[in-house]
Amino acid sequence: MALLSKKDRGLILDPLADNNPITIQVLGICSALAITAQLKASIVMALSVVFVLAVGNVVISLMRNIIPSKIRIIVQLVVVAALVIIVDQVLKAFAYELSKTLSVFVGLIITNCIIMGRFEAFALGNGPYRSFLDGIGNAAGYGLILIIVGFFRELLGSGTLLGFKVLGDPIAKTGLYAIGYENNGFMLLSPMALIVVGIIIWVQRSRNKELIEEN
Amino acid sequence: MANTDKNSYTIIFAIVMVLVVGALLAFTASSLKPTITENERFEKQQNILYAMGVNENVEGAVNFIPANEVEAEFSKYIKEQLVIQNGEVKKDSSAYLIDLKGELSKDMSERKLPLFVGEKEGKDYYIIPLYGKGLWDAIWGFVALDADYVVQGVFFDHKGETPGLGANIKERYFMDDFTGEEIMNGTQYSGITVAKGNNDPLNERKDDGKVDAIAGATITGNGVTAMINSTVKLYIPYLKDIKL
Repeated sequence: MALLSKKDRGLILDPLADNNPITIQVLGICSALAITAQLKASIVMALSVVFVLAVGNVVISLMRNIIPSKIRIIVQLVVVAALVIIVDQVLKAFAYELSKTLSVFVGLIITNCIIMGRFEAFALGNGPYRSFLDGIGNAAGYGLILIIVGFFRELLGSGTLLGFKVLGDPIAKTGLYAIGYENNGFMLLSPMALIVVGIIIWVQRSRNKELIEEN
Repeated sequence: MANTDKNSYTIIFAIVMVLVVGALLAFTASSLKPTITENERFEKQQNILYAMGVNENVEGAVNFIPANEVEAEFSKYIKEQLVIQNGEVKKDSSAYLIDLKGELSKDMSERKLPLFVGEKEGKDYYIIPLYGKGLWDAIWGFVALDADYVVQGVFFDHKGETPGLGANIKERYFMDDFTGEEIMNGTQYSGITVAKGNNDPLNERKDDGKVDAIAGATITGNGVTAMINSTVKLYIPYLKDIKL
């Protein structure tokens, strides 16, 4: 890849796997549990966070030399809050149904610790281009887990993907339902999201032993 | 570079930041407002039509008429929109935009009560808007009656009831139970009660004016009872005359 140097590539790729915000740093769990019952909501949440984190990182990075250090956390909060309000308004205008499903969780992006964490740890000390890459990378790492969890919860809980009945029709008893398969309603409840995240963590750490903490 | 640690710098920075961000948000909000209002209007039409059984329900999920068709369907099924004010019944083609919350807090003489008369397959429906209080916040909805005061369908929604408990008032299994219940006991207004206890959980008895409550959502259920009883009662004196 000539476009990105090796270091820059690491900014995007590390958070996808070995430094994933959810499975390694265990940040942003709250929203990962709450909105992943449907794949569509997961995807929109992931895209919203990509937007907020990438743009927010660039804004903070551009201002990093003029932000008074005494109020830097407040400045960061104002930037996130403003971006989140914009996302919320855009969703209400162009994806109204979806904005009702996501309801308060869009607002909760403000409190997503991944975002404040990246502002504080990365954007305040790096240039806009690298901050942009870091934002994309971390938000994508978060979104990837959200989409994996949403995929399994919707598939096993409702037998659908993005609303399409991929396993057949449970009422007309076609497809898998013809041989006695039942949807697992438990998958639609938040605790199962935690269990799915746990399984992802388990799989990831057993493939890469270096990630296992000592003691 | 200016000294960013100085108090005066900090204060000026904060003021400029707030002004810039405020202007940006105000601009976004006002430029998107028309689209958002339009969406809310469609949602109201969808809810009204849902109550009278014009929806795309399959299996157990609530499915409205798609937003891009709802305007046409609304004018097709709703043949009359009425406003009741001070004992008089007037026609008003934008009655569905009336904010019931605001009206209920007004004085009796100034209060405008919207009512919708729908027709589907030759049958008349009288759709009454509802507004009340759940456990945490507002609940609202619509109830559709036929000419004999039998409930033909309801729609409930809420602002912030507990997910999994009170929030389930907008689920099919709760709303569908209302269909077939009578709000009049003879000539006496009796309303509908969301009743606790093992009261006919399959809701086979339709003449008792009771539907089975959601376990763990007592206060939301009581809110639904109170909302139906207090709001529908206001309409009872007029329903007889309105029948077309």
